[in-house]
Amino acid sequence: MENPFGKITSLEKVMEAFDNGMTLMFGGFGGVGSPPALIDGILEKGIRNLTLIGNDTGFPHIGIGKLVSQERAIKVIASHIGSNPIAGKLMHEGKLEVEFSPQGILAERIRAGGVGLPAILSDIGMDNELVAKNKPHFLLGGKDYLIETALTADVSIVYAKKADPYGNLIYDKSARNTNPLVAMAGDITIAEVEEIVPLGSLNPDEIITPGVFVDHIIPSKGVNWKWAWE
Amino acid sequence: MGLGIDFRNTIARRAAEEIRNGMVVNLGIGIPSLVPNHLPKNMLVMFHAENGITGMGPSPEKGMEDENLCNAGGFPVTLNQGGSYCDSAISFGMIRRGRVDITILGSLQVSQQGDLANWIVPGKKVPGMGGAMELAQKARKVIVLMNHCDKAGNPKIVTSCTLPLTSKACVDIIITELAVFKVTPKGLVLTELFPPYDIQQVADKTECEFTVSDVIRKISY
Repeated sequence: MENPFGKITSLEKVMEAFDNGMTLMFGGFGGVGSPPALIDGILEKGIRNLTLIGNDTGFPHIGIGKLVSQERAIKVIASHIGSNPIAGKLMHEGKLEVEFSPQGILAERIRAGGVGLPAILSDIGMDNELVAKNKPHFLLGGKDYLIETALTADVSIVYAKKADPYGNLIYDKSARNTNPLVAMAGDITIAEVEEIVPLGSLNPDEIITPGVFVDHIIPSKGVNWKWAWE
Repeated sequence: MGLGIDFRNTIARRAAEEIRNGMVVNLGIGIPSLVPNHLPKNMLVMFHAENGITGMGPSPEKGMEDENLCNAGGFPVTLNQGGSYCDSAISFGMIRRGRVDITILGSLQVSQQGDLANWIVPGKKVPGMGGAMELAQKARKVIVLMNHCDKAGNPKIVTSCTLPLTSKACVDIIITELAVFKVTPKGLVLTELFPPYDIQQVADKTECEFTVSDVIRKISY
């Protein structure tokens, strides 16, 4: 495959982007749409003290759950940790800080970060102490809103079905989920893709993530975990 | 949770009566997931999943699962004609913009004002709210399907929720294995009973006061 933008690389090379203590944003929902090779690469490199940002903590052996289960994260910003009991256990033991954000507001905070906005106004969860705690309010048109800050990350990792050498991405069915948002919010964005196709072969009308947002592309060998339903 | 499949299906069947042709409906896990089985065959309903599916169809046959086509609970589903995929931001945009007609979900407690507490048991279970807050706050109609009492026999329909709230004054209808309540500005109204239960039995298992509708439907399927 021609590599005119230098974005197509290998897992080994792209691992240089990962360091201890970094903020890592990941695509996926219950592991669906999370990049398996990148997650394994982070595990194998021994990266620790991560702040993870994503929809949920997967399952103990699925998706980002692998990193959480092996205690590689010190903080998680997510909407749900229920499918990964190890995350709950670590939280109760004080080994993992968890910031819960309502799912759609989390998505919008990531989107805001990805499109260069500092914050959004939200009326979700204002009655809830955990959501509203320590957040500034803003009065607009006589209504009270929470200011929800935007989220960005040192590195974003996403999983896509196809990429061209520029990093234009299309996703597969419900594996799209948070990926297009996460792809925009990384200072560096790495896409793990099932197939790399020649420039010009993706239908421009069907591209979901413009390659502008993608810095590195690595080929995937597909999911290497067993799903809960299998 | 302690209820036989028949009770669960009875509750689900009653909930299905709320759904009209063409509606956008979001279903939670547990009893709500049984609701589609009770809809008329020719009814067109767009089932919405938080992870970015509109027009979700039933589970595929064994061996036909697609690992990249799953519902918000992580289980394989299918896509009906006219269905579409979107990212999480757009999926919740549909909810917040009021385009989801009904959300049907489970709960730990519901108060007489329609307060919903379904996301946290302090010190025990802290799974996170997921998408429940947006759904509870912004879906046009919120229907709670749940056991009338918890495993210890404590009423789940209460004067005031003791568990942390998901959202205040958001529930429209409560359906349990005993009865159906409508939530009104004046509190709960008992509108339907599942025989053999009677009003007294419901009152005994309900913590808060409620009024009784002039006409009580006794549901027998």
